[in-house]
Amino acid sequence: MTKPPILRLRGVHKTLRGQHILRGVDLDIEDGENMVIIGRSGGGKSVLLRHIMGLLKPDKGEVWFRDRNLVDMDEESITPLRREMGMLFQNGALFDSMTVGENVAFSLVEQGKMKPADIKTEVARALKIVDLPNQEQKMPAELSGGMRKRIALARAAITRPALMMYDEPTAGLDPIMADSITKLIARLGKELDMTNIVVTHDMISAYEMADRIAMLHEGKIYTIAPPAEIEHSDDPVIKRFVKGMSQASDAVF
Amino acid sequence: MLGLVRSIGGNFLGFLESAGEIVFLFTDTMRCLTRYRWRFKHIIAQIHRVGVSSIVVIVTTGSFTGAVFATQMQYQFGPLGMNSAVGPVVAVSMFRELGPVLAALMVAGRVGSSLAAELATMKITEQLDALRALAVYPTEYLIAPRVIALLISMPVLVSLTIGCGIMAGYYVAVPVLEVDGTYYWANTLKFTSLSDVLTGLIKGIIFGFIIALISCHKGLSTSAGAEGVGRATTEAVVNSSMVVLISNFFISFLLNLILPAD
Repeated sequence: MTKPPILRLRGVHKTLRGQHILRGVDLDIEDGENMVIIGRSGGGKSVLLRHIMGLLKPDKGEVWFRDRNLVDMDEESITPLRREMGMLFQNGALFDSMTVGENVAFSLVEQGKMKPADIKTEVARALKIVDLPNQEQKMPAELSGGMRKRIALARAAITRPALMMYDEPTAGLDPIMADSITKLIARLGKELDMTNIVVTHDMISAYEMADRIAMLHEGKIYTIAPPAEIEHSDDPVIKRFVKGMSQASDAVF
Repeated sequence: MLGLVRSIGGNFLGFLESAGEIVFLFTDTMRCLTRYRWRFKHIIAQIHRVGVSSIVVIVTTGSFTGAVFATQMQYQFGPLGMNSAVGPVVAVSMFRELGPVLAALMVAGRVGSSLAAELATMKITEQLDALRALAVYPTEYLIAPRVIALLISMPVLVSLTIGCGIMAGYYVAVPVLEVDGTYYWANTLKFTSLSDVLTGLIKGIIFGFIIALISCHKGLSTSAGAEGVGRATTEAVVNSSMVVLISNFFISFLLNLILPAD
């Protein structure tokens, strides 16, 4: 018997500031898979991630995490469920009043199950995994963009959530740093046995990380396919996106 | 004309919406205070931020208000041969009105703005969402300790304002304006009652609540961008100050009924 999907979205609609951004998204994500969601800027990819995390509620539709529909739950009931999820925000969203060590330790301290000495060891281990050892005492303001993302990744993954979400993990990074983050995400997914959902327009990263790629187009999932199929697709919408071909009508002045 | 009506209607609806959100924030905070363990470390840190760092502003405000009030009273009462009334008038005014209101206005300016700016910045940099994503309920983690800190700090700051005002009034009235010191103290103690003291402290607590809730609400409900943070900060100070001044009238009315002057 096949395992049920870890995540099911059914007919998700969302209008924000008068714009109908999600227009009926249906998506199943299998346990343990690496799903990459691609789509144009402003197309609702980050909004979709926020619905999965329960940070936003859809106007219509269902968001099932395992056997719970997040839409029927209030903020306080979703909070404990989020311990099984992790999210890397686009700019890291590190707590700027805390040191790197405090940021990474945050979830462990909040859970209150570990002794301070064990938390310290776990934080050092997490920082080593993201290739930033001995940075515990630094403040987020002292870090570069790539370092912030790595620290944020260590913070989100330290509790080994079942479902990890990445919002544009390589945006704003140089190609070498982007590749290193991509490899790190893939490695963490394997080592910690996590289901990954990655939102990106970086196709090099997408091909490297994905088991399946879903394309969000005009508020709906346009297609879901393995990376090779997407890469060689003749569909004009997919082809234009993955090859980065603009049309005259795309130029907005 | 239609535009004016629309604008007034829009502002009124906005006011009702904000009022509703503040009531919701209030009930949510109260629920968090009863349901979750209190974060004493955070509360102490916030008390330091709210209370300790406001001391200089509060001492200056209280002292100079007491001093100028004593001066004005002496000018009015002196020709009538009522110099000894300066002490009790200063004391009762400081206890009942000037102490709590001035402390609240200073705290609204100093602390309310900083609370709103901090929360608004956290919101626009996604730190609030990160907190939620890390399975922490923001009202419990951020708002409850700040509300408690203001509830504890405000009566202390009000007491300090009152104390400084009365002392400064004394040191201006007695050595400078040559009011009799013995009568000054005797009359101050004679005409200041427990109800005056309680009025000041109760007002302090209520104003603390008002400033904390309005400032936190403004911070949490900010729109995106630096402009949003600026607007949230300004509105936190202006709205807190206005609500303090308006509610002061009604609270005074109510407290005068409950705690009449002896």
